[in-house]
Formats: sequence, C-alpha cells, structure tokens
Amino acid sequence: MAISTAAPRRRIRESAGDRLFMFAIYAILGLVLIAVLYPLIYIVSSSISSPAAVTSGRVWLWPVDVSFRGFQTIFKTPQIMTGYANSLFYMSAGTVISVTLTIMLAYPLSRKTFFGRSGILMLVTFTMLFSGGLIPTYLVVKEMGLIDSRWALLIPNAIWVWQVIIARSFFQSTIPEELVEASEIDGCSDWRFLWSVVLPLSKPIVAVLVLMYAVGQWNAYFDALIYLKSDKLYPLQLVLRSIIIQNNSAGVMDPSIHVQRAELAELLKYSLIVVATLPVLIIYPFVQRYFVQGMLVGSVKG
Amino acid sequence: MIKPRKRSQHNGVIQGGIVLQSTTVSEATTLKRIHAKRRGFRERALKSFKAHWQLYLLVLPPLLFFLIFKYYPMANAVLAFKDFNVVKGIWGSPWVGMKHFDAFFENPIFWTLLQNTLLLSLFLLLAGFPIPILLALMLNEVRSTRFKKFVQLVTFAPYFISTVVMVSIIMLFLAPRLGFANVALQYFGLEPINFLGEPGMFRSIYVISDIWQTAGYAAVIYLAALAGIDPTLYEAAKVDGASRLQKIIHVDLPGILPTITIILILNVGNVMSLGFEKIYLLQNSLNLPSSEVIATYVYSIGLLNANYSFATAVGLFNSVINLILLVTVNALAKRLSNTSIW
Repeated sequence: MAISTAAPRRRIRESAGDRLFMFAIYAILGLVLIAVLYPLIYIVSSSISSPAAVTSGRVWLWPVDVSFRGFQTIFKTPQIMTGYANSLFYMSAGTVISVTLTIMLAYPLSRKTFFGRSGILMLVTFTMLFSGGLIPTYLVVKEMGLIDSRWALLIPNAIWVWQVIIARSFFQSTIPEELVEASEIDGCSDWRFLWSVVLPLSKPIVAVLVLMYAVGQWNAYFDALIYLKSDKLYPLQLVLRSIIIQNNSAGVMDPSIHVQRAELAELLKYSLIVVATLPVLIIYPFVQRYFVQGMLVGSVKG
Repeated sequence: MIKPRKRSQHNGVIQGGIVLQSTTVSEATTLKRIHAKRRGFRERALKSFKAHWQLYLLVLPPLLFFLIFKYYPMANAVLAFKDFNVVKGIWGSPWVGMKHFDAFFENPIFWTLLQNTLLLSLFLLLAGFPIPILLALMLNEVRSTRFKKFVQLVTFAPYFISTVVMVSIIMLFLAPRLGFANVALQYFGLEPINFLGEPGMFRSIYVISDIWQTAGYAAVIYLAALAGIDPTLYEAAKVDGASRLQKIIHVDLPGILPTITIILILNVGNVMSLGFEKIYLLQNSLNLPSSEVIATYVYSIGLLNANYSFATAVGLFNSVINLILLVTVNALAKRLSNTSIW
C-alpha cells in the first residue's frame, strides 16, 4: 500500500470512502476464502487423524494424532479397489469415445461447404431443450441390451451437446476457410485435412474436451445407479455412496476388531472422500485455464 | 388447390409440385424459377455430398447416437398415453389417452411435488443467481493479481467435487451426533439438531451447499464480461470523480447486463429440471415431505416400482412445462432487452 501511494503515476488520490469500500471487499473475500477452504482442510485433516480423535470431535483444523489407518484400510478393501479400477477404466475409455465422437460431429458442422449443417445443428441442439425423459431412455438402453454392461456407462451419454457447440465454434474461429480451399487445391482429402491440419491446430480445444469429459465421467454416478446391477462393475462413486451415504461398511472391515470398528468406519469416510477427490483436485490448478477457456469459447456465440 | 389464389401468393411460398392451376404466363415463369431453385438445391446437395463424402461419413456415427439415444426416447414417450405391456412392447401396448395424466393431476401428491420443485428452484434462483455476480464484481475491484488469482482458484475448486462426495461432506458435517455442526453446537452448550431429518431445513441445506460448490465457477463468465468492458469508460468515470461504488453501478453493471440476462434466461428455463442427483442422495424418510420433487418421484415410481407408463407421463409433463418456460422467458427477454439465446 505504502509503495503505491508514493508512486508518481498516481493521479487522483483515493477518497476515504473508496478506501473503506476496498477494505470491505478484501474482508468479504477473506471470509469467502475461509468458507470455501475450511471444509476441505477439515476433511483432509480428519482423514489423517487417529480414529479416536475423529469420533470424539477433537479435530478442529489440523490433524490430531496423525495416523494413516483410514488409507491402509482402503487399500486393503477389495470392494473399494475394484471401484477405483472401474472408475479409471470408465474415465479413460469414456473420454476417448466421447472426444472422438464430439470432434467427428463438430468439425463437419464448422465447415461452410458442408451441406445440411444447419439442419443437423438444429437436430442436435434441440435435445438440449427437450428430452424423452428418464423412463423412455431407460427402455431404449434396455432394448439395446446394455443393461448391466460396461457399455451402459460409455455410450448412452457419450456426446454432450454443449461440448459440440464449443468445439464447433473453436474450429470455426481458428481454421480459416482459405486453408481449407488451399488444401482442396492440393488434393488433400477431408479426413487427411482433419487429421494432419485441424487437429494439430486445435490442441487447446482437445484439451478442454478431454478434461471436461474425464472429470464428468469420474464424478458420474447416476447412469451407474440405474443401468448397473452387479457390484463388480460399480464405479468408485457408487461404492462411496454405499459406504458413506448409506452407511454400509459391513463388507469393508474385519468384524473381529469389534471395539474399534465404529471409530474406524467413521474415519474411513473422510479418507474415502480424500482418495476419491484428490486426483481431480491435484491436477486442477494446472488445468484450470483450460476449463475457463472452454467456458468462454462457448459463451462467445452461445 | 381448389380456390383460385392471387398470383403474388405463389411467389416462393408454394412449392412447384403442388400448384395445379398454372395457366397464366407469369405463373409459368414462377414455376420454372421454383423448379430451377429446387434443382439447384438438389444439385448443391449432391455436389456437396460428392465432394465431401468423407465428412458425411464422419457425421454418421454421432448422428446415429442422437437418433438412438435422444430421438428414439422422445418417440417412446408416447408410452405416457398407453398402458405398458412387457410382452407387447411400447408400440403394441393399448392406448389409454390421458388416463395417466388425469391420475397424476388428481393425486394429492401432485401439488406437493409441484410446490417442492418450484420452491426449491426459486430459492436456488433467488440466492444462487446474484452471488456469482457479486463475487465477480468484488474480484474485479481487487488490484493485486496474485490475490485475485488465488481467490479464483480456491472458489472454482469445489466445482470439481462429485455429487456423491458433496453429499457425503454435507452428511458428515451435519451428522446428528458426531457431525462438525453438532459438535460445535454442543461446544457452545446448545442442543444438537438432526439437520437432515428436518423437512424445514432441507431447502436451505441444498441451496447453501449448491452456492458453496458453484459460485466460483459461475463467476468466471461474469469476470470475462467485466474484462471486456471498454477501458475508456473507466477513465471517463475517474475524470468525473466517480467513487468505486459508483463505477460499479454505472459502468460495470450495465456492461455485463447482456451476460446477466442470458444466464438468467438459462436459469429460469431450467426451473423444472432440478438436478435429480443431489436431491436423491440427500433424501431420507424424514425430510421426504419437502425433498420429494418431480424428478425423484419419476425415478421411484418408474424404476423402483416399474410403473413405466405413469412415470413417463409425469416426466413428459415436466419436460413440456420446462420447454414452455424456456421459450416464454426467451421471448420475453428478446422483447424487453433484445437479448436472447436464439
């Protein structure tokens, strides 16, 4: 503050009212920071505290009697590890399928010479406004024989219309029509052009698509809830639901350690939240700009 | 085409093949033109198809996806007007007209569902809509880029937490005995509260946690709009001696008004399509009187009780209301402020 008031570039002195106003803004933003950060820190701290400290409410901000019992239990529980592996599979396979299909649709729609693009675009965007509903969709998935198969989580929601719109407007604004014409004169086919010219120029949008689909797939639980029946196919989110929300930890722990069981069950919930969220939150600061970019590309011409 | 029509009406409106009475000379030329236009249409389509068959091949799989998983279910929604028979399938089942709709409207639960859905949406809109705008306006005033970036980074983060984890966090914090909130209440000598078992608290819990999770994310759009405001306006305001608050009211707010309108249209249009996922997870038998909304009702009646036709009718009612709302709000916004989403 002192430096900036002394700076010669300052033309008009801030009034007392303005300074008070700024103080209020910083104070409110500080409170916002605390409100967002506190629950996150509390959960991480609890997850590495001792079971007894968690259940007796001794954890307030920082870990108490640091222990890694919760994480040890998680890695020894087959149910959770299967869920983790399943989620990793759904995330990678789903992202590949979704990104491929999205680009296959968005690129032709961005080409002015593509006859019928406005009709297709309308067909696609209308599904944002109206849908057949839960039951009719369920019956179609059933008819396709996808119930209780891994495909049920990869195919029925593979394309998000919003992603198609963002990708399309990115292609439209970054691939100049002249480039297309030049390639046509050189005898370059559409596929080749997409593969060796458009995609290398579109790395930012591919990054946006990959990240959004990947996070969406990692966090999804609803499709798994309605389409899957066997536990061995469950993604991590459904396992979390059963252990934390439905409080069903019977299959997780050795019943012989009766006394500590309740305490450990409580601790396990915090550790599970950390394990399920950490991968996303750790990569998040590095990829935040891609998400922001994705939102803004879409809003340019929404 | 029995009635003789005025010639002017033929121009462009009527397709060539339909017109039977083409007697006058001028009508014949119109026809020719229409034919030529039609041929042009077909030729253009053919030419585009020949030159870009690879693009059409690319579009085919995604298009099939939309037909199978989006449009086929829309056709299947006729189930709402039929009695579903597993053996005969959707199309073979007998028609029953509006039976399921009548049953739904006469059921006392209809009003409870409608009220719960609308109230929750309304609270979400009233509390959730202005907060990201305020957050963006405040962040925009901050001069230290580092602090600004840090606040953005932190407030954006909860957006990446999954619904299941979000509800888990809520339940752990509000648990009857060991939850943080009750431990704190007891610390101050107050009686513990079973937050999630109180129907009266359900909406507040839902709305507050939703703001916690999405405000930072929603603020990004407004921040971008604020960054796009013409800097000369700020200089003019400065010269005129405007205070910071005055600058916000007279420069910032009008500058981001189009963005605000569009987001508002989208939010109002979604009033009936409340996120099922979070409500369903937060539900329990105690808070059901205020937590049962149309979407969760469709799930429990349709998939858990296998009452397909009735659930489809309820779902269809919801989708239609939603579509009407969106179209109305959009038209209204177009007339009032010349901003619309299509």
